[in-house]
Amino acid sequence: MGLLEATREALQLLFAGDPELWGIVAVSLSVTLRAMLIATPLGIAAGYLLATLAFPGRRVLIVVTQGLLASPTVVVGLILYLLLSRHGIFGELRLLFTQTAMVIGQVLIALPVLVAFSLAAIQSADPRARETAIALGASGPRIGWTILFEVRFAVMAAVCNAFGRVVSEIGCSLMIGGNIAGFTRNIPTAIALETSKGEFAQGIALGIVLLLVALAVNFAFAFFQGEARR
Amino acid sequence: MDAFLLRCRFSAAILLLCLSLFAQDVTACVLRLATTTSTDNSGLLRVLLPQFERQHGCRVQVIAVGTGKALRLAENGDADAVLVHDREAERAFVDNGHGVNRRDVMYNDFILVGPLSDPAAVRGERDVLRALQKIAASGARFVSRGDDSGTDRMERSLWQQLAIKARGAPWHVSAGLGMGEVLTMAGEMQAYALSDRATYAATRARTGLEIVLEGDRRLFNPYGVIAVNPQKYPEVNFSAAMALIGWLTSDAGKAAIRAFRPGGEQLFFVTTDR
Repeated sequence: MGLLEATREALQLLFAGDPELWGIVAVSLSVTLRAMLIATPLGIAAGYLLATLAFPGRRVLIVVTQGLLASPTVVVGLILYLLLSRHGIFGELRLLFTQTAMVIGQVLIALPVLVAFSLAAIQSADPRARETAIALGASGPRIGWTILFEVRFAVMAAVCNAFGRVVSEIGCSLMIGGNIAGFTRNIPTAIALETSKGEFAQGIALGIVLLLVALAVNFAFAFFQGEARR
Repeated sequence: MDAFLLRCRFSAAILLLCLSLFAQDVTACVLRLATTTSTDNSGLLRVLLPQFERQHGCRVQVIAVGTGKALRLAENGDADAVLVHDREAERAFVDNGHGVNRRDVMYNDFILVGPLSDPAAVRGERDVLRALQKIAASGARFVSRGDDSGTDRMERSLWQQLAIKARGAPWHVSAGLGMGEVLTMAGEMQAYALSDRATYAATRARTGLEIVLEGDRRLFNPYGVIAVNPQKYPEVNFSAAMALIGWLTSDAGKAAIRAFRPGGEQLFFVTTDR
């Protein structure tokens, strides 16, 4: 089957409103949004603290965070599997092969990206922003908020980057989600499955949706951060 | 900055709305079935399981992996039941106390597939060992699953019986992939492969591969179902696992297996029909 033919069939599937296909999209969105809701505040806060606080071991922590950017998602999945399996330390929670487990995995994958990039963003902030805020009588959290607002474009880039990594991530989702139809089957694991079965149209349809979702989310972010200063 | 805050609130509201749309439905009874890719990819489970779910009010979550991994998941207590095809490993699984109540459910057979040109001249051969010997001797390529699945274990045992060290040989391609992918690969490389009949039937048109050998008794491929031992893992859904085993071996289950004929060809045969 050629690429064109597969794409045409894919578009037909999409517009026919195939419930299974859209169910897969819903799983992807739901898991990734939840993961980003948890990871974003944590990651940005950690990046802010790393950028502004001086404490022993800070440099080591920064290097480790940047190193974790390269962690293969399937290794994150493997470690989580061993922890969440009924055999594992957290087996009692019975989280393996649930969406919650996938959320945890995606949080862990998103965090290094968020921390490393927001750290870099905050470090590159104009130091006068901080001084001005202090001069205007701001304290603690208010200073942080001012600086983050100042570098919000770079921080948003970090969020977009993390979103892109987790929404397209397959290794971890497959390992701890189990690719269960209608429950933990998300877009990337479904694409892998359909491709393995030779259902290329279904794979391409899901690929198109994934790209559209990523585009839509980035438009939403663009709206959220507002226009660049005029 | 006020406008920014406003947008923050607006975006948060939209986000919450999105999340509320995805509220999960919670079904009381869930049965986790670890199984092989052949039963799932062929479409068999999609036909069987809804019937079982309707009768017993229990949702079945299928985790489709190779036989080796399915048994490992069950051994770790991460599944309630397994449906796999490797009798020796199934017996060991029960003997080691991981599972109980093993039942034969159905069978089909493995086949040897290859390119139309048949460079090793296997066609017409009735003995699978002789056929493999010919392939090895001709140097024609052979794509292997290499993923410790039931099919992979069958292939390894055949090479072992021949005392041929296939793994690592230049003509032996260890793919580490599922059956469908291996058949696609064999089609692209014009190579031979060992396949279960169900997956081959589903991908035949696409790969252009032909059956070069079938019907050897060594290629018998029986599927068994086992419940995970509740004494080892008290939390497993043992009653649902037993209900599934009961249903698969009941008249209704057997009729459903017999009736599964995608493209008019029966792909799985009930054990007691033999």
